[in-house]
Parts: sequence; C-alpha cells; structure tokens
Amino acid sequence: MNRQQLAAWAFIAPALAVIALFFVVPVVAALLLSLTDFDLYALADLRNLRFAGLDNYVHVLSMPLFWRAFGNTSYFVVIGVPLSIAVSLACAVLLQSKLARFKPFVRTALFAPVVTTLVAVALIWRYLFHVRYGWVNHLLSQVGILPIDWLGDPDWSMPTIILFAVWKNFGGNMIIFIAALQAIPEDLYEAARLDAAGPWAQFRHITLPSIAPTLLLVSILTIAGYFQLFAEPYVMTRGGPLQSTVSLLYLMYEEGFRWWNLGVASAVAFVLFIVIVVVTRVLLFATRAEGRS
Amino acid sequence: MKGNRLSWFGVNGALLAAAALAVAPLVWMVSVSLMAAGESSTYPPPLLPDAPSLDHYRALLERGGIARQFLNSLGLAVAVTIISTTLNTMAGYAFAKLHFRGRERLFSTMLAALVIPGQVAMLPLFLMLKGMGLVNTYAGAMVPGLAGIFGIFLVRQYARTIPNELIEAARMDGAGEFRTFFSIVLPVLKPVLVTLAVFSFLGSWNDFMWPLIVLNDGDLYTLPVALASLSREHVQDTELMMAGAVVTVLPVLLLFLALQRYYMQGLLMGSVKQ
Repeated sequence: MNRQQLAAWAFIAPALAVIALFFVVPVVAALLLSLTDFDLYALADLRNLRFAGLDNYVHVLSMPLFWRAFGNTSYFVVIGVPLSIAVSLACAVLLQSKLARFKPFVRTALFAPVVTTLVAVALIWRYLFHVRYGWVNHLLSQVGILPIDWLGDPDWSMPTIILFAVWKNFGGNMIIFIAALQAIPEDLYEAARLDAAGPWAQFRHITLPSIAPTLLLVSILTIAGYFQLFAEPYVMTRGGPLQSTVSLLYLMYEEGFRWWNLGVASAVAFVLFIVIVVVTRVLLFATRAEGRS
Repeated sequence: MKGNRLSWFGVNGALLAAAALAVAPLVWMVSVSLMAAGESSTYPPPLLPDAPSLDHYRALLERGGIARQFLNSLGLAVAVTIISTTLNTMAGYAFAKLHFRGRERLFSTMLAALVIPGQVAMLPLFLMLKGMGLVNTYAGAMVPGLAGIFGIFLVRQYARTIPNELIEAARMDGAGEFRTFFSIVLPVLKPVLVTLAVFSFLGSWNDFMWPLIVLNDGDLYTLPVALASLSREHVQDTELMMAGAVVTVLPVLLLFLALQRYYMQGLLMGSVKQ
C-alpha cells in the first residue's frame, strides 16, 4: 500500500467506523433481533432469549393493529405525497413566473416551515385546529360551516395531519423544482408562444416533460420520507382517535419502547423497510417502462 | 394589456396568499405566547394579546427548567455539528480525490445503504448503548449523528470540482497528504463546510425520535422532547406551550435566515445525484 492509499484510509476510517458501528451493525442486528422473541424478560436476562424464526413476522401480519397502521400510513402517503408535490410545483412555477415580485422574500417565507422544529409547529397546529377555540373553525364558521373536530374525529384526524405535513414540507421540494425550472431553455417557451400556446399548454408540453427526471427523484424521496411518519401522530393525536393515526413507526415505537417487544418491533421496522423499497422500485420501473413505450 | 395585468394580480396574489399561509402559524405562535393564561381559549379566538407579557417565558424558566433544556439542545447540536462536519469532510474529500483500492465500490455500497430508514437501526442501537452504559447520556443522544452518508456524499460532490493541479502542486512542494488537506483543500471547501454545518445543526436541534428514545431524565431532555412531554402534562396551557415552541423554533429560524444561501445550496446538491 503506498502513502496515498494509507492517507486515504486514515481520512475515511473515522467516518466509516462511526457508520459501521452505529448504523451497519445495528441494521444487521435488527434483522437478527426480528428473528428472536426478545422481550422484557430477555431484557432482564439474556438467557430468556429464544430463536423464533419467522414467528414475529407471522404475528405482525396477523395483528389487526398492524394492518390498521399499514392502512393509515398508506393513506398518508397516497394522499399526502401527491398533494405535497403539487403544492411545491405550483409555488415553484409561480415563483419562476416573470410577473412574480419580491421573489427572495416570498421564497424565504414559503421555505420557513421546512426548517422549523416539527414538535413545536405540530403543537401550533393542534391549537389552530382546536374544535372550539381554533382559528380554522372560527374562519369556517364565518362562511357558515359548522365546527369540525379535526383531531378528535377519526375521519378528520388523518386529513388534518396530511394538511400539516404539506404545510411543513412543501418548501423543500419547491426549491428543488425551482432549480429544475431554471434549467429549461427560454427559447422553448418562446417557440411555444409563437405557436400561440397558452400557459397551461406550455406547462403540459414544455415544463412537465423537462422536469420529469426531477419529478421522479422528488417523488421517490418524498414517498420514502412520508412512510416514516411518526412525530406528527405522537404529538398531535397519540395515534388516536380510535387508532386512526397509528402509523407503522408509531406502532414500532409502542411495541419496542412501551411494551419492550423488541423482536416484534424489529419485524415491524423491516416490514416498513421492505414496503418502502418495493414501492419506490415499482415507481422507478413503471416510469422507465413508460419512458420506453 | 388588460389580460397581462390580470395575470400579474393572479400570480402575485397567489404567491402572497401562500406566503401568508406559510408564515401565519409562526406569527400566531408568537402572539399567543404573549397572551395572559387562558386568553387564547376564549371565543372568538383573539388575534393579538390584550396586554402582552413575558409571564409564560418566566414560568418556563422557573418551573420547566427550559434554560437547562435549551443548553442541552445547543450543546448537543454544536458537538454533533463539529464532529460530523470534520468526519464527513475528511471522508468526502478522500472519496473524491485520493485513490485507493475499492473506492468506487465502497462508495456505491454506501449510497445504496441510504435507502435504509434510520429507524430500523434504533432498537438494536438502543440495546448496544444500554450495554455500553450510554443510555440516558449526552453521548448516547449524539451517536447517530456523528457521521453520515449523505454528508459524505455532499462533500464528495463538491470536492470533485477542485482541480487536480492544485493538489498536485502542493504534493510537489513536498506537503504531506494531511498538510495538503488542511492548507490547500479545506479553504476551497469552505462553502460546503458551512452547508454541512447548517444541515447537521438543524438536524440535531430538530431531531425528535432518537432523543425521545434514549433520554429519560428531564435534566437531559432536548427542547423537542421537553416540549412533547410538556404538551402531554399541560394540555390546557396553550400560552405556556406556545412560549416553549417559540424558544424551540426561533434559534433555528434565525440561523436559517442568516445562512439560507448555504442551506438551499446543500438542498440542491443533494438532489442531483452524479
């Protein structure tokens, strides 16, 4: 090994050691853990630990609460991700318009929620959507809509959390879309205008195809992120009402750190991981197939 | 030109409305935090405090020990930022500019590992730290943030743009790899260092799930964990909670406003793979 190789390893070793010790090893351990019956008794004395094969996975897949959590999380992803991306893209397109004024100011304002602390702003939303004293119901009452128990009604709790997530997150993807929009050559739009294409036609036939790769990347990252829903239900609803906001990670947290069923909780974590991989892969293949046809 | 004026109002009106919606909850949080106890729980909900007071901030200091939790958050975030920026920068530079066997394969393996959600590692990590006696300690809370694949990736992307001649020239002058790194490379990497530092500071400050799991002593709580536990105990004290939210959100918001150029830069670099 020459000196440069030696130096290279010296540069990489500290970061690699941290990642190996605190990420790679635990991930592998999680897989093993999910194959054992690790619980409170094993926590007290490791001799109580038994190899359980796929029992935890069978158990998890037969739990009604798991399917509830799976359904809730899917609901959050299926409605939340497209809504988030649509808002991000709409704001990015508006900000890129030649007519837009005060761009830096507006961009900063739109982005501000992204950097805020989730727990803190979730509390704000809890009060804005309060059934009696919240501003949302107050404003709705001005147009004659009766009060809605946003976080207390199982039909409304998840939509409220979705609205919150969109508000909190759309700014991040907006910035990425702005960069993609700036890369589209202006002459494409000029040619379209010569053909008398309206704003909608320009968006559909120039903007959308040009940013398609960015759109795909953003979708994949957002889907992966939204599947990891946890702090919102933890702070806003504690998974309720009637388990309508229990997410997969919330279930993992409860199983693992409240009931100390670490084997079962690890199985939940791996199922979530597999779901994320499968969904993002399917999206990737579907778009590739679309691109070829 | 009439249609043009209409679309001017359309575009700017929509943007203004969106900006107002984005910021309004934050403004409202500050307003409520200055209200008298119970004032926000009246109908119709008041917009501004009748007689603004800092009572709730005082109460948080006296009863909740928020000064301690603020320092916990700050200390952890600063320590994580310094350590992770150092480790990620060194590794990112080596992946970009130093040749060693297996470099590309190692790097693409790491990139592939980015899809694994961090929460998968949390349960065994907790058991490991328990074995090491690090549960309920500052060190335990810092552990997952000490180095990161994403940070290494950011530095590598940026370091690849450094001209090889610059590094070669330093080597020709007889500088060792470490001297070259500190005196030639680091100054050039300054913008990405700031980006990385802002990312890891915000990441550590805003993190919730891991500190919630690993810390169980109120004296060690970070602000988000303290705030969540406060909100479970004092459900009715809206004003008190909003004061806590202000203390939690304001520092990161100010940091972002001061360094937003670097933050946005990092966001863009992270979204363009290769």
